[in-house]
Amino acid sequence: MYDYTDFDREFVNTRVQEFRGQVARRLDGSMTEDEFKPLRLMNGLYLQLHAYMLRVAIPYGTLNSGQMRQLAMIADKWDKGYGHFTTRQNIQYNWPKLMDVPDMLQALADVSMHAIQTSGNTIRNVTADHFAGAAADEIEDPRPTAELVRQWSTDHPEFQFLPRKFKVAVTGSSNDRAVVKAHDIGLRMVRNADGAPGYEVIVGGGLGRTPMIGKVLRDYLPKADLLPYLEAVMQVYNLHGRRDNKYKARIKILVHEESLEVMQSRVAEVFERIRDDFVVPQDLIDHIETGFQPPAYKTADIAPVLDGALRSFIDTNTVAHKNPDYAIVTISLKGIGETPGDATSDQMRVMADLAEKYGHDELRISHEQNVVLPHVHRGDLPAVFAALKDAGLATANVGLVSDIIACPGMDYCALATARSIPVAQQISTAFADIDAQRDIGPLKIKISGCINACGHHHVGHIGILGLDRAGVENYQITLGGDGTETATIGERAGPGFAYDEIVPAVERLIKAYLDLRADPEETFLEAYRRVGMGPFKVALYPEKQERANAA
Amino acid sequence: MAKAFKPQIVTANDLLLGDVIYLTAEGGWTRDHASAQVAQNAEQAEAMLATAAAQQLKIVGPYLAEATLDANGTPGPVHFREAFRTRGPSNYSHGKQAEAAEA
Repeated sequence: MYDYTDFDREFVNTRVQEFRGQVARRLDGSMTEDEFKPLRLMNGLYLQLHAYMLRVAIPYGTLNSGQMRQLAMIADKWDKGYGHFTTRQNIQYNWPKLMDVPDMLQALADVSMHAIQTSGNTIRNVTADHFAGAAADEIEDPRPTAELVRQWSTDHPEFQFLPRKFKVAVTGSSNDRAVVKAHDIGLRMVRNADGAPGYEVIVGGGLGRTPMIGKVLRDYLPKADLLPYLEAVMQVYNLHGRRDNKYKARIKILVHEESLEVMQSRVAEVFERIRDDFVVPQDLIDHIETGFQPPAYKTADIAPVLDGALRSFIDTNTVAHKNPDYAIVTISLKGIGETPGDATSDQMRVMADLAEKYGHDELRISHEQNVVLPHVHRGDLPAVFAALKDAGLATANVGLVSDIIACPGMDYCALATARSIPVAQQISTAFADIDAQRDIGPLKIKISGCINACGHHHVGHIGILGLDRAGVENYQITLGGDGTETATIGERAGPGFAYDEIVPAVERLIKAYLDLRADPEETFLEAYRRVGMGPFKVALYPEKQERANAA
Repeated sequence: MAKAFKPQIVTANDLLLGDVIYLTAEGGWTRDHASAQVAQNAEQAEAMLATAAAQQLKIVGPYLAEATLDANGTPGPVHFREAFRTRGPSNYSHGKQAEAAEA
């Protein structure tokens, strides 16, 4: 874990005191809401449909057990005993009261956490591969990079009022688990011809109103050049990004309108100018890297797995670790019929205890709204599984049809145009049987309750977008999206479905897939790529087919 | 031709607690949609919004929302978003629906 320096600690504590003063001035009338709003947003405090919402950053999704317990304590003391983990590796509290928020922020600061820059037109929480530091396929742990970017971007005076928000993601593997091609900047670790690690810099990706796959701005950037290069990109965006139209203000529009080549030459020009002035002190780099050393792996016996339920859990919820005696365990926050990404305070404490006892004190939050124990010795898997089962956290559905991403939607979010959560709950319930889910195989359903696409619907194998059509909830389906290294924006299937029609529509899609797949090994996405939209359209709109046949 | 005016209420969120509130005929606030004051014309609606906006120490984000009226003139929500705001989220019994259940 990265440990805060005295500088970090003082900075975060000072911000809490500053915000305490701002809340007091709002409450005594010396500040209007118009004056207060940008300040509360800078500290992660939104006003949603039914209440305030506090969004807390979990940089690169990494937590230790003490931090997870503190999140549970905050949920119990100032909220309703649960938290919602988001697609940006944040946690959101849905019911804080304004006067309590400074105390919540202080409780976060006490465990080296904060809510700074989780809103506003700034560089947001830096996200990373949730298997970072553990994945067998990794070139290098991406988290020291993410931490360096976090330190550089936090309170960066020049980038507090960008044309629009700005999101950075980092992956250390060729298999992209951080959706780097759908971020304003995506950094993918690569090696050059000499084997030295560096970055492929991807720019201008994003979902939302105008979904775009990022383009390669620089195919190899030496590690030492990272900050001056990012600074150059940000300067170009800050100067040239459109401020006349909110919907055209993201960097993806700038890249699209002015071309990648223009962007490359502008960035190169600034980069050359500032590069020599931008030396990151070696002791800072050393301090960061010390925080991400691999754990002291243990050696112990590994008993053969005989129990069927445990075997099924291991098959579905674990992946290969760089140490063959270890496994990466994903804890599904997608219990059948439950709200995706929600964990009760009791569940948070169970996960913290497991991390402390069996996981070298590390936890990760994935953008797929699950929790990861990155370092579990295979000999401890039976004990971990048993404890998860007792806590209602052993659902063996990771990567399957019920492992759905869903934004909070109109159950909470002030921007939403329709609900997401109950749609996810109903799909999950409709496919409750885990054996049937395993038969369907890998399938990513992603649901957003508005065009802003927090639920990543564009990159879902099946994407669902909830809209308001003449005062009624309506759901559009996209197919064939992909958020990995082969990133693809899904294609819209046709007219939307009413709230009570969307789950049967998804059931028809999946039945069509099962009927047409070449063999049980062919996944939904592979089948879609092979046969195209046609057969799925027939399944989605059977009445149209009947009409055509009758004509 | 100008559009016919439809009845409206003023809604906002409580400054301290954040919960959904409605302007009453007395110029105060209620948590019950049915007790909200109803504007019958555009002038009245604007005046009510001004009354609400002047209460910065109590509320956040006031706006006008269309309302239905039953036979007794009691206002109800028109848009589903406003209907959700009278209840709370659909995944847990939290918010107004929980308070109603306790009452």
